Amino acid sequence: MTNLDNDRPPVLRLHGIQQVYGTGEAAVHALRGIDLDVAQGDYVAIMGPSGSGKSTLMNLLGCLDIASDGVYELAGHDVRSLTERELATVRNEEIGFVFQSFNLVPRMTALANVELPLIYGGVRRAERRRLALEALDLVGLADRADHQPQQLSGGQQQRVAIARALVTSPTLVLADEPTGNLDSASTEEILSILDSLADAGRTIVIITHEENVAERAHRILTISDGMIIRDTAAAAVTA
Amino acid sequence: MSFFEILRSAMRGVTANKLRSILTLLGVTIGVGSVILLLAVGNGSAQTVQSAIAGLGTNTLTVRASQAGGGGAETASTAGSSVKTITTAVADQLDSAGLGHVKEVVPQVSTSLTVSSTSTSSTDVSVIGSTAEYFDVSTAKVASGAAFTAADVTTSAKVAVIGSELASTLYPTGSALGQTISVDGSSFTVVGILASQSSSGFTDPNTVVIAPITRVQKSYMGYGAVSTLTVLATSSDDVTAAQGEVTVMLNQLLGVTDTSDEPFTVTNQSSLLETAAASATSFTVLLGAVAAISLLVGGIGVTNVMLVTVTERTREIGIRKALGATRGAILGQFLTEAATLTLLGGVLGVIGAVIGTHWQINGTQPVILGYSMPLALGVSVAIGVFFGVYPAARAARMRPIQALRAI
Repeated sequence: MTNLDNDRPPVLRLHGIQQVYGTGEAAVHALRGIDLDVAQGDYVAIMGPSGSGKSTLMNLLGCLDIASDGVYELAGHDVRSLTERELATVRNEEIGFVFQSFNLVPRMTALANVELPLIYGGVRRAERRRLALEALDLVGLADRADHQPQQLSGGQQQRVAIARALVTSPTLVLADEPTGNLDSASTEEILSILDSLADAGRTIVIITHEENVAERAHRILTISDGMIIRDTAAAAVTA
Repeated sequence: MSFFEILRSAMRGVTANKLRSILTLLGVTIGVGSVILLLAVGNGSAQTVQSAIAGLGTNTLTVRASQAGGGGAETASTAGSSVKTITTAVADQLDSAGLGHVKEVVPQVSTSLTVSSTSTSSTDVSVIGSTAEYFDVSTAKVASGAAFTAADVTTSAKVAVIGSELASTLYPTGSALGQTISVDGSSFTVVGILASQSSSGFTDPNTVVIAPITRVQKSYMGYGAVSTLTVLATSSDDVTAAQGEVTVMLNQLLGVTDTSDEPFTVTNQSSLLETAAASATSFTVLLGAVAAISLLVGGIGVTNVMLVTVTERTREIGIRKALGATRGAILGQFLTEAATLTLLGGVLGVIGAVIGTHWQINGTQPVILGYSMPLALGVSVAIGVFFGVYPAARAARMRPIQALRAI
């Protein structure tokens, strides 16, 4: 394991993670024993062909799914031992998820979408509004706060989604192919936002199958057939 | 997540898809409205029947001779016994017997005769002979002129009170009051004309001739049996007691030894009322069943919309869960949405039904049944909420990734 920042405690710790779908002969082993530490402030890209298990890994990291076997510790909590309610709190406070298909709630303004995690976090209205506008400002969409998702371009929608992921100041930002549905100009916008987040010390894990996207990360993991086959520091690492 | 926040996001959900919300509302509105309105129609017609029967007087008993018909002077001696028939003398004895719950006993005889004026005549007119108290115990009320008096009865006066329709038939141009009519050859002076009333029996109450019983017996029927006795009880609560007293006293007066073979039957209006109330109730139940079916159909409509809505929004539930919504927050939102929609639709249905009852429907003035409103409202809200919340609860139980992958 190439961990360049041994002095900082890991945000993520995975040990022997397995994910099996189905049973018996129809069983599909999506993940076959993943061991991984991600330190605070790290910017990690996970690469791999489709079907390699990288999305499965991402869903486990985001607590959207539960692993069949193995240990997953997020900011010191053993995720498997958490109750449904505690899991909801972890998703709300520790994780900011950016999806490939944006996943904004339709017929709700950009502002309302960004406010959603804060509502579930029990933040008061005035404070909520301030934080949401701040997050939208960070992604350069403060002037689009009253637009509904269908009135925004793909790139803008993804920026709203990033604002929504950031608004709770999560421990970990997870991005599942965030540029997969975007043109190159929008891709560049999103990547530069992620860059600045990484520079600001956020822990980011991004899934991609595009080399140019992965190169922006500090560390690149390559997954194949449900196992990590390579773990390298990217060229641009500033350590 | 505070209640206010849940309410706000529910409102957003309701207004997000207006057409669908309106269709849901409409289903509930029609279901609730038709239940309340149809039950109100059933109830209204039941009340109409009941008030019509109550108009007959609920504190009267009717004693009918079993064998003696209209005017048979024969003694009704069954099986050779010495059982007497009910005559005016018996009626007088019954009246003066001092029965505790009996106020008055009014004998009646009736027959069918030809009645004519100088210009026209009318055949098969029902001629009723009775005492002056007849007008106290029957629904016949004198509209113009006056009833004949007890003195008229004593003297067998040739006076008559006639029905309004008969009056205008015999004297189409002027008032029949004070005129002379000929009843099967005998002349009577018209002293009173009855108020017109709706027919409630076999004879049209507007074409009768009512004359002193003594005169009718003397001229046409002889001093034999009377056809009916109308007994007025002291109050409507005493009808049953009066019925018992009358039965016992009559058996005694007539010398009946075998009470299983009484030569008369005693009926009271309250038993008639009970029968009518029972039939009105079954009518209401029938209408209620029809209404319940419409509520069910409306409910299925609501169920459909709710199921489709939630299935469509499974992905949204996934997103919300990924952002940290608890199961409770999701359920709260969908519960509030469904409750808002169905309550609003239900209240609109109630308002519509209340407005609808201001008009007569098929000749019946609907009267809203108190329980129908909470019942209809409760059922529709329960259906809407259950089918709005149950699939949402299923979706909320999923792992977020399952919900996100839906559709």
